[in-house]
Amino acid sequence: MARLPLIGDVSHVMSDGLEGLDHNFLTARVEDLVKWSRARSCWPATFGLACCALEMMATGAAHYDLARYGMEVFRASPRQADLMIVAGRVSQKMAPILRQIYDQMMEPKWVISMGVCASTGGMFNNYAIVQGVDQVVPVDVYAPGCPPGPETLMHAILTLHDGIQNGELTRRRTASNGGAGIHLQAPDAPDEQPVELGTR
Amino acid sequence: MSDVAEQVTNPMGPGRTDLGPSERVYRRDETSPVLRLSEAEAAVLGGSPDDPPTDDVADQRMILNMGPSHPSTHGVLRLMLEMEGEAILRSKPVIGYLHTGMEKTAEDLTYLQGPTNVTRMDYAAPLFSELAFSLAVEQLLGLEVPTRATWIRMLMCELNRVSSHLLFQATNGMDLGAVSMMIYGWREREEVLRFFEKVTGLRMNHNYIRPGGVAADLPDGWQADVRRLLELIPPRLDEYDTLLTGQPIFRGRLQGVGIITPAEALALSATGPILRSTGYAWDLRRDQPYLAYDEVEFDVIVGTHGDSFDRYAIRQNEIRESLRIVEQILDLMPAGDYRVQDKKVTPPPRARIDESMEALIHHFKIFTEGFHVPQGETYAAVESPRGELGCYLVSDGGPKPYRMHIRGPSFVNLQTLPHLMEGGLIADGVAVISSVDPIMGEVDR
Amino acid sequence: MTGPEAGGVDPEAGAPDDTAGEPVGPSAWGVPVTESFGQVVLHPPVDRWLETVAACRDDGYVMAIDLTAVDYSAHPGRTDLPEGVQPERFEVVASLLSHATGDRVRLRTQVPESDPVVPSLFDLYPGTEAMEREAWDLLGVSFSGHPDHTRILMPEDWEGHPLRRDVAIGRIPVQFRDAPSTR
Repeated sequence: MARLPLIGDVSHVMSDGLEGLDHNFLTARVEDLVKWSRARSCWPATFGLACCALEMMATGAAHYDLARYGMEVFRASPRQADLMIVAGRVSQKMAPILRQIYDQMMEPKWVISMGVCASTGGMFNNYAIVQGVDQVVPVDVYAPGCPPGPETLMHAILTLHDGIQNGELTRRRTASNGGAGIHLQAPDAPDEQPVELGTR
Repeated sequence: MSDVAEQVTNPMGPGRTDLGPSERVYRRDETSPVLRLSEAEAAVLGGSPDDPPTDDVADQRMILNMGPSHPSTHGVLRLMLEMEGEAILRSKPVIGYLHTGMEKTAEDLTYLQGPTNVTRMDYAAPLFSELAFSLAVEQLLGLEVPTRATWIRMLMCELNRVSSHLLFQATNGMDLGAVSMMIYGWREREEVLRFFEKVTGLRMNHNYIRPGGVAADLPDGWQADVRRLLELIPPRLDEYDTLLTGQPIFRGRLQGVGIITPAEALALSATGPILRSTGYAWDLRRDQPYLAYDEVEFDVIVGTHGDSFDRYAIRQNEIRESLRIVEQILDLMPAGDYRVQDKKVTPPPRARIDESMEALIHHFKIFTEGFHVPQGETYAAVESPRGELGCYLVSDGGPKPYRMHIRGPSFVNLQTLPHLMEGGLIADGVAVISSVDPIMGEVDR
Repeated sequence: MTGPEAGGVDPEAGAPDDTAGEPVGPSAWGVPVTESFGQVVLHPPVDRWLETVAACRDDGYVMAIDLTAVDYSAHPGRTDLPEGVQPERFEVVASLLSHATGDRVRLRTQVPESDPVVPSLFDLYPGTEAMEREAWDLLGVSFSGHPDHTRILMPEDWEGHPLRRDVAIGRIPVQFRDAPSTR
């Protein structure tokens, strides 16, 4: 199954998906078509948790229309969704469920962290809130705001679409191994120091 | 006080004394509609999927989990349902998926920062939480808020009630299948949020009502904006009536679904539209007036049957009553200060900081350390769109609350859920959750 | 700016006469009464908690609006307790409302740290079920006779009671890093 005429080596498509193609002049057209269609019909999963969920619904409503980007269908089933917009604060009790929903989504999948609570824990730096959903799932775009207005959310979505369309996001996912976990480095220290959360 | 006493002596209306049965809310055993099982016990009860099927009736029962990630549970509410076929026998709402530790955070924030915290509890009607907190702080301080500030608060709160009930109409319609209702409800809500953005700077979570008054005065031309809202929304409400209220499918799905008696609602401490849908007329705006509600005229809407249709109709008409109050406020709004002029509590205007050392010091003290509130404890309650929203505040004389507890109406109203869903189908369960209109931010805090 | 008035102490013998401005009903049950910013506050001891609440209920207080607990271990010292009431670490505070008269009453009982158990109000007011679970979950005050004495807000396997004053807020230090700007 290794070499097809004109398209080239396809033995890595099964494992790497679009990135496994041979990247010649013919596959470039196919890749562009696939990336264009992924960006244009990116269906969000309903993961509205708190106040940001109301702004997310407002973005999907008539005034700030998400349907013009092909995204008005918020799929309740993660199997049918491409994009998880984590809208709201993630509590300790909710974090395993967030990860479970993320794992149930099919590749390729993207995550927008909407609002400051989802991005960094926001104004709630305490025992109950996970300080950033990137502790739990890998995030592609962060949208700041408390709550981010519909325009900010749309800017985040369009940034994501740009990243999907020029291939940047699929490449980043491979590089970071698709996993969560962040490491912070003090400027002078030679070793990496992982962030230690409070003990349970 | 005596007028109020006469009014409220019989909330059920003249001549009516029967509050209905309430025996099932006191039950503790398996006959209670509340399923009191922990996760481990539920797992044991479920048995293994490999067990051979039996004819035992009790074996037909299953425990189904609904949520917390579910399109129809209004946020992160999880329900454990004990079902026989499609009928719900017992249920247990499991909450805590949005617990934010706000009461702990409140002990870490000054009284001026407090509204930013409480406003995010009930995020559909944030101004009410700010109002309850500010009223409690002002009671402890012994502050007298200027009349214009009081009327501005009333205007903003009634418009917030309108936007919250519009949200209810939208989500209620969508949960029952009238998906276009979602678009209509949000369309009207956008207009109200646009006014809020003009006045407070934010569409949601405004941090506008602060101890001492409001953060800023109403902008010029606000009367025109409010008048525009008053002309825009009532015809749209009539559209909703055409779409929903008279429609047989909508009525069939809501009438007779999720019935609760007045005695049960009282025993379960339910307030707001749930209590009023049973025919029990209790509304804090009329019966324990705060702000300036005793100077405006409005009706308290009550239902008759205590079912979900009554709750829908109550909220629909409460929008009309709120707009009626707003129209009166337009004419009656007094001139004056929008914030109490006590220098220890209100920061000075920015221009004064360049001129006066004293103003600079006050500004510095208020924004870094915060103003001190004398020792004491108090409880202040307001009527939010979901029921009685109260703030119990304990102060130790310092700049931060010692203990702040918010009595969230949805937290208490959720206790009615198993009783409303008993005996219904899952589809009825969805209608019932929607009619209770919980906001999980104030349930979990 | 006035502080709370810690006045109006009724003797334990329960004389039904009232001090100025206080209703006769609750004070007739023989528990100390104070007034806090115009609100009537009763201070029953823990062993008289149930009977005092039942008496209020019979007196027309049909609704239990709120039940919560407070941890006073970091408080400089309460000044609004009447004489004869021994301050303890925890206080359980219940607010009741009478619809017929529009009156509210608040009951505060002192709960010692060594034995933080209070009788549950479930049989009088089933609406206190969730409120008592929250007080147990966040502050560690137990309610004897509660039908479902489990955590409600924190995960079931959480250890500790977060709202107690000796538990830290759990803030994690925010580390800033010299991130190169992309613009």
